[in-house]
Amino acid sequence: MALDRRDLRGRKLDIFLQLTLNGLAVGCIYGLVALGFVLIYKATELVNFAQGDLLMLGAFVAYMAVVWWGLDYWLSFLIAVLAVAAFGALLDRFLLRRVIGQPQFAVVMLTIGLGAIFRTFASVTWGSEIYTLPTPFGGVTQIAGVTLSHQYLSIIVGTLILCGALYGFFNHTRLGVAMQATSQNQLAAYYMGIPVKLIFSLIWAISAGVATVAGVLLAPVTLIDINMGLAVALKAFAAAVLGGFGSIPGALAGGIVIGLIELYAGATLPNGFKDTAPYIVLLIMLVVRPQGLFGTFSRKKV
Amino acid sequence: MTFFEADNLSIHFGGIRAVDGVSFRITQGEVFTIIGPNGAGKTTIFNLVSRFYDPTDGRLVFEDNDITRVPAHRIAALGIARTFQNIELFEHATLLQNLLLARHAHKKSGFFSELLFLPAVRRFEVEHREAVEKVIDFLDLQQYRDSLIVNLPYGVRKVAELARALCTGPKLLLLDEPSSGLNVEETEDMAFWIQDIKNLLGVTVLMVEHDMKLVSAVSDRVLALNYGRPLALGTPQEVQGHPEVISAYLGG
Amino acid sequence: MRFLFKTSYEQDTRLFRDRIDASWYVLLAVAVLILPAVLPAYYVGETTWVFIYAIGGVSLMVLVGYTGLVSLGHAAFLGIGAYAHAFFLEHDVPWVLSAAMAILITTACGLVVGLPALRMTGIYLAIATLAFAVIVQEVFTRWESVTHGLSGMAVPKATIFGISFESERAFYYLCLFLFVLTLWLTRNLLRAPTGRAWIAIRDSEIAAQSMGVNLAIYKSIAFAYSAGLMGLAGVLFAHKIAYLAPDIFTILLSIQFLLLVIVGGLGSLHGAVFGAIFVALLPPLIAILRDSIPASFADLAAASGVSLLGSIGEGIGNFLRKPGVEAGIFGLILVLVIVLEPLGMYGRWVKLRIFFSTFPMYKRATFKRQRSYMKSERLR
Repeated sequence: MALDRRDLRGRKLDIFLQLTLNGLAVGCIYGLVALGFVLIYKATELVNFAQGDLLMLGAFVAYMAVVWWGLDYWLSFLIAVLAVAAFGALLDRFLLRRVIGQPQFAVVMLTIGLGAIFRTFASVTWGSEIYTLPTPFGGVTQIAGVTLSHQYLSIIVGTLILCGALYGFFNHTRLGVAMQATSQNQLAAYYMGIPVKLIFSLIWAISAGVATVAGVLLAPVTLIDINMGLAVALKAFAAAVLGGFGSIPGALAGGIVIGLIELYAGATLPNGFKDTAPYIVLLIMLVVRPQGLFGTFSRKKV
Repeated sequence: MTFFEADNLSIHFGGIRAVDGVSFRITQGEVFTIIGPNGAGKTTIFNLVSRFYDPTDGRLVFEDNDITRVPAHRIAALGIARTFQNIELFEHATLLQNLLLARHAHKKSGFFSELLFLPAVRRFEVEHREAVEKVIDFLDLQQYRDSLIVNLPYGVRKVAELARALCTGPKLLLLDEPSSGLNVEETEDMAFWIQDIKNLLGVTVLMVEHDMKLVSAVSDRVLALNYGRPLALGTPQEVQGHPEVISAYLGG
Repeated sequence: MRFLFKTSYEQDTRLFRDRIDASWYVLLAVAVLILPAVLPAYYVGETTWVFIYAIGGVSLMVLVGYTGLVSLGHAAFLGIGAYAHAFFLEHDVPWVLSAAMAILITTACGLVVGLPALRMTGIYLAIATLAFAVIVQEVFTRWESVTHGLSGMAVPKATIFGISFESERAFYYLCLFLFVLTLWLTRNLLRAPTGRAWIAIRDSEIAAQSMGVNLAIYKSIAFAYSAGLMGLAGVLFAHKIAYLAPDIFTILLSIQFLLLVIVGGLGSLHGAVFGAIFVALLPPLIAILRDSIPASFADLAAASGVSLLGSIGEGIGNFLRKPGVEAGIFGLILVLVIVLEPLGMYGRWVKLRIFFSTFPMYKRATFKRQRSYMKSERLR
């Protein structure tokens, strides 16, 4: 039985759409973590390399709430976000504040060290195996002959809701505007009576919370284990740089681009390109346009 | 020979004309000062001469050579040195290292001879050190030789900035607000040093300054700028008496 | 208190400040030279790791500590040096030629990475080096004709001009010699205009340019020299580890080297050595403690009759046995060093030395900074 050409094209379209959905979902996760990077970087010029490990902690806390304590999924989600957000704020208040004035590179290494500590902590507290998080998103939907997995859809929808909420927060609430001001000019913010140090802790809290959301959304797809944050963080970092490391929409856009490249490359190119294709694209981008997609070049005024 | 000439120099940043059609000549051995309100384009002119910016229009000529497109790192070897308004010293190095760095333009050793630290390199190091010690002597910086810049007070840093510029062995020295942040006594010292630089060292000075007392004391000629355009050019007395300069800048 | 009498400018260009300093180093040299005769082969082997890590540490210190260019993927150069050397040895190239070519290849790769890096600053450079490292690791896996891919590549023992360096002791002296050579060459560069140019680039690129420093050239030299040193470390690393595989040269290894320079003390050659001692000796130390702590706590419990001590010892032993604990301990020490002693091990060493030399007039305020401000690195 020969295959109808329309059949083949339809099959290819189906695969293409699946890949795109998958890539979008993965890209959203990268975008969320990249968003966390950019939030902290814009405010404090620090890159928080523990972002991925905060994601991992968030996933584990949710797992603990659902599987160990038997709580409802949504309640556990909320608990995880609040707990890790609070943890992020405490990190800033007690650790990061003490290292102000040191070269940026040293503080980046600090976050790398923290990440390693988090991983060991997770290993000791929850165990070093692979765990599953039960979610209410099982099943698939069929639209126009394309199979859409609910898990992936949940990631995309969740990201959209979160980004919408953040947009509203940063642009339309006093606290959010205060945060923007602090990011742009610390000294001026102090003069305006904005509690800058508290704002920094809040920014860390939001960053950690966003990472947790990403972690809980990602958990059903990749399953939970100690190292789930590492791989994500590396790609998310690339995403943030691709987007220009200074803008929030850029971070999200960068994440989606990286996610899509990863999926398309994995399907079409020979083995091994799945992981390196995003980095190759990144390198090309940095050579052609060193400031990223949406970034700007600042020149020191002497 | 034209010692230094800026010919119709202009630079536009987007829609802003930071420097617009500025022309002046400097003769060798004089002290030439640029004055004007903040934002008039004075430091921008310095950045153009140091080649950190490319002019949109106009030419720069130094010792009969067109230097309009010379890369920034070649300027020191040509004989032009500058100080920075906000002090760009190398914070985590000692004063001595800062000054020795200024001799970089006169470097005679190659990478491989430095790698093996051949006797020739050692000899050059001593030569550079001797040149630097002359400047240390001139500006009385002996006690700060081995101090890290981060540990030095502001007044000393200003002098160190000047010392570093002098160590490059310049023919033309650009001083960007040499007296800013200095008290009365330190400003007087600065005035004497500028005169010594002119008379004893034979270095031509191009200066940006706000302190009119200092300007009158040391300058041979003054150029007043406003909004990137020249207002008046002449002796300090002529410019200070010019009605437009008074209304735009000096007041009273 | 000791006073340094300076009688000539030439004195400041010397390697050691005065006779007394030099004599301390001579003592150290003697100790290091007789070490293999005194300690059993296992410890000699561990000390060899210190030398290899130290060469890598100096490499990274030159790039990060002195020139201010952060590289997150330096393990890639280690791998390139190691694999290139192993490949040449497999094709019966004499050792010296093989090592030289491996170092040259690594240096060339350093230049290749350095060139686009000239246009990038800070974060962007770091991520570019990271991307480079990921891609190189993939190349190691895929280029099977050279690297044998995932099945790995055995590396024969070093045989130079017919002399076999197979024994731990012989290899120790080889690594020691190359380590000292590295220190000497790098120290030469650092006390010459090149080293000063590097510091200038780190502290203020704009001022460096007005002093006549060609940024492109000196950044390229920094990358090339750093990569070359890492290539040398790779050559020795290949012999030491005896079996190469792509999953050795990971980002985590790069981070280990960065940890080395920070814990050791950023900005000094001594820091690289201190850091190497720390990074090379901590894992074997943990391995020893894993067994000795439960054992000694058990003895203590038996002797004192407090059985709680025994359980504590058991608990610590179990904790140390968990997978990934080593990374966590490294992380903890890294955090503690950055928060409590930002100048690193060498900084603490200097403070101790000053304490003893100025006793009893030591003032803690000597090292206390009044205020710290965050310096923006977005604009350099």
